[in-house]
Amino acid sequence: MSRKKMGHTFASKLLLLLPTSLACFSVFPLSLIEKKVSSMNLSSIKQLASTKPHFIFTINFSITNSFPYFSSVKMDEFVNLEATELRLGLPGTDNVCEGRERVSCSKRALQGAAENETESSTMKTETSPPRKAQIVGWPPVRSFRKNIVQTKKNESESEGGRGLYVKVSMDGAPYLRKIDLSCYKGYSELLKALEMMFNFSAGEYFEREGYNGSEFVPTYEDKDGDWMLIGDVPWEMFVCTCKRLRIMKGSEAKGFGCDV
Amino acid sequence: MSEDEEDQSPPPSDLRSQQQQQRPPCSPNKSRNCISSSSQTFPDHVLENVLENVLQFLESRTDRNAASLVCKLWWKVEGLTRSEVFIGNCYALSPTRLTQRFKRVRSLLLKGKPRFADFNLMPPDWGANFAPWVSTMAKAYPWLEKVDLKRIFVSDDDLALLAHSFPGFKELILVCCEGFGTSGIAVVANKCRKLKVLDLIESEVTDDEVDWISCFPEDVTCLESLAFDCVEAPINFKALEALVIRSPFLRKLRLNRFVSLEEVHRLLLGAPQLTSLGTGSFKHDNQSEQEQEPDYAAAFRACKSVVCLSGFRELMPEYLPAILPVCANLTSLNFSYANISPDMFKPIIHTCHKLQVFWALDSICDEGLQAVAATCKELRELRIFPFDPREDSEGPVSELGLQAISEGCRKLESVLYFCQRMTNAALIAMSHNCPELTVFRLCIMGRHRPDHVTGKAMDEGFGAIVKNCKKLTRLAVSGLLTDQAFRYMGEYGKLIRTLSVAFAGDSDMALRHVLEGCPRLQKLEIRDSPFGDVALRSGMHRYYNMRFVWMSACSLSMGCCKDVARAMPNLVVEVIGSDDDDENREFVETLYMYRSLDGPRKDAPQFVTIL
Repeated sequence: MSRKKMGHTFASKLLLLLPTSLACFSVFPLSLIEKKVSSMNLSSIKQLASTKPHFIFTINFSITNSFPYFSSVKMDEFVNLEATELRLGLPGTDNVCEGRERVSCSKRALQGAAENETESSTMKTETSPPRKAQIVGWPPVRSFRKNIVQTKKNESESEGGRGLYVKVSMDGAPYLRKIDLSCYKGYSELLKALEMMFNFSAGEYFEREGYNGSEFVPTYEDKDGDWMLIGDVPWEMFVCTCKRLRIMKGSEAKGFGCDV
Repeated sequence: MSEDEEDQSPPPSDLRSQQQQQRPPCSPNKSRNCISSSSQTFPDHVLENVLENVLQFLESRTDRNAASLVCKLWWKVEGLTRSEVFIGNCYALSPTRLTQRFKRVRSLLLKGKPRFADFNLMPPDWGANFAPWVSTMAKAYPWLEKVDLKRIFVSDDDLALLAHSFPGFKELILVCCEGFGTSGIAVVANKCRKLKVLDLIESEVTDDEVDWISCFPEDVTCLESLAFDCVEAPINFKALEALVIRSPFLRKLRLNRFVSLEEVHRLLLGAPQLTSLGTGSFKHDNQSEQEQEPDYAAAFRACKSVVCLSGFRELMPEYLPAILPVCANLTSLNFSYANISPDMFKPIIHTCHKLQVFWALDSICDEGLQAVAATCKELRELRIFPFDPREDSEGPVSELGLQAISEGCRKLESVLYFCQRMTNAALIAMSHNCPELTVFRLCIMGRHRPDHVTGKAMDEGFGAIVKNCKKLTRLAVSGLLTDQAFRYMGEYGKLIRTLSVAFAGDSDMALRHVLEGCPRLQKLEIRDSPFGDVALRSGMHRYYNMRFVWMSACSLSMGCCKDVARAMPNLVVEVIGSDDDDENREFVETLYMYRSLDGPRKDAPQFVTIL
């Protein structure tokens, strides 16, 4: 679990939330100075940023004028700020376990395909906007083509979401949520997202003892059907083997060796 | 058993001329003497010679299949004279049968896995190995010149055996293949001294860290076509440049994304005779030491013969105008790896008046398609791929783009279109405007989506397509479809050979309509549709005349599949399961069945059950 990454997310969150007076935009490369930037929407800035990765971009902006976008964003989606984050890294470094997940997860998805048919109908009863489960092999685009366009997507939009959707349930909560595991880079991001989504605190994770300091315990079901504690296995393995998440509460949680 | 017709490019003309040179014509005097001397039937060997000299000119596969059915003698002679063999399903016969029937094969086109395997609908290691074919042919066809494989597992050893066994080997084309790496390619490059064509298309090539470009022989090569855009490994550019310079016959060059725009620029300056170019990455490297940017447009201007452009990986749109000098001559343009906005796109397309084949991402939007419709009056083939291939993506193209295309490009023959919104009206319009359509593949990415204006199913739209496009041979449907759509297909789709169905239909009747109504149906692939045993049984009179049937996530029971397998002994019925083989599973996960002359295959993996 990388604290640095968490800090990065948090810092960018701060940056966006701090109101500043000016909307100004400075760019260093000479070849761009002649260009007129007519619209200052974030995605075009980001596209420029990603194509000239070794230049420094600074942006100050005010929330109220430039970003009506934010008013419609729900609180829980603030956690996953990748769509609005500016990166200084080289493009194409975002592929976590793309190749691996396709091979090892295709089986899980194959089983899930039949499930998903019934799921999409039950999802209509959920209050949150239902995002459909990604069916394996649909739409019928060859992985070769997907890969190529994917690297470009990572460059231009830096969006997560390669469709590793898992259900999340919490004991006592009225409805299920679905999250995309590929949006997160590690356990800290995932836990933060879960905490914000369900408004709880998981406490601190210790390798031997599990989660300390909370009556809630985040667990997941792996493809063998066993319920495991989130954080026990390396992140990549978790992403590939996790079938669904469940935030257990109270007495059940004791079985996972947590101190309440 | 006759092999199937396929959309095939005509065989290379040099093959025919070679045949003419190598086979001395049978002297006519001999046969004339025979005629005058006897009133009985000709001795067989004479007839054979005559037939040979006639049949060698037959090129079309269907003509040859017909000729071979006349009588035993014709069958035998046709087998002696066929130099190009097409095998649509590598498991339909064994390699031994191939070498026993056809004695003088120069060219083999072999297809392996079914198409749905491309979309992860089948576990890996299913089969379709090249190994038994190459080892058998190595002994039987020492003069083999061309091998064209699609969806076949080819190992490096196979490539090495190929390179060593066929001294006159000229063309290697690998489409959607896997199992080999740059080391295998290196052997081919090095050993096949007469190599003219090395095309690696959409294949998975492992990076063995071998500098295969340097393995080509040092002297002037015969290379006419080199395509390696799918090779995800860096290239020794100096070696490539040297190779291009010593390949005076090189016409087609497709680079991978590790070749920069500046390097392409240098290559173009040294190879102005190119007719087909696939650029590498289309972005300018700002870290280069040159003070001035190279004049990319000048390099393109020098290539007067370029008629086909592709590549544009990692595109920097501001450099796109560099291709403008060649646009007026382009007949084929592939932007399908480039995220181009309509504003960037329109100035380019407005100069492409001769364009016949156009592939792009949907990022050009309906606006871009309207520009295509306005300019490209000669368009024959259009493919629009999704930039964001997810079910709930935005979908920047819609029925507006398709309608515009149908109105502007009346000569359209082939369409592949990914979108999120479509209307019956647009399809009906297309069916009237484009009577030359032979291939129509529409993928509405959101499943079960109806006409987004009327809310009705897409039945009428697809119905109009099958009814009015009288030349239609290939159809892929999507969106909300009831049995009515299939009734139309059965009634009007008399020439349909390939049909792809996904998430469509209401009942068994739908599949029955198709199986009973489409006499030319060869390839049927269905997924996630409610077709069951009754439908499967209704097609039993057809399965021997088809290349394959694929049905996955339908409602077929194991019992019915077993019945079909029992009733049709020359049909190989494969049931492909997934990992959690639930014994109590009600329905068969995947059914893949095909006719075979040599019985079920011996190399089936564990997850395949052959009934």
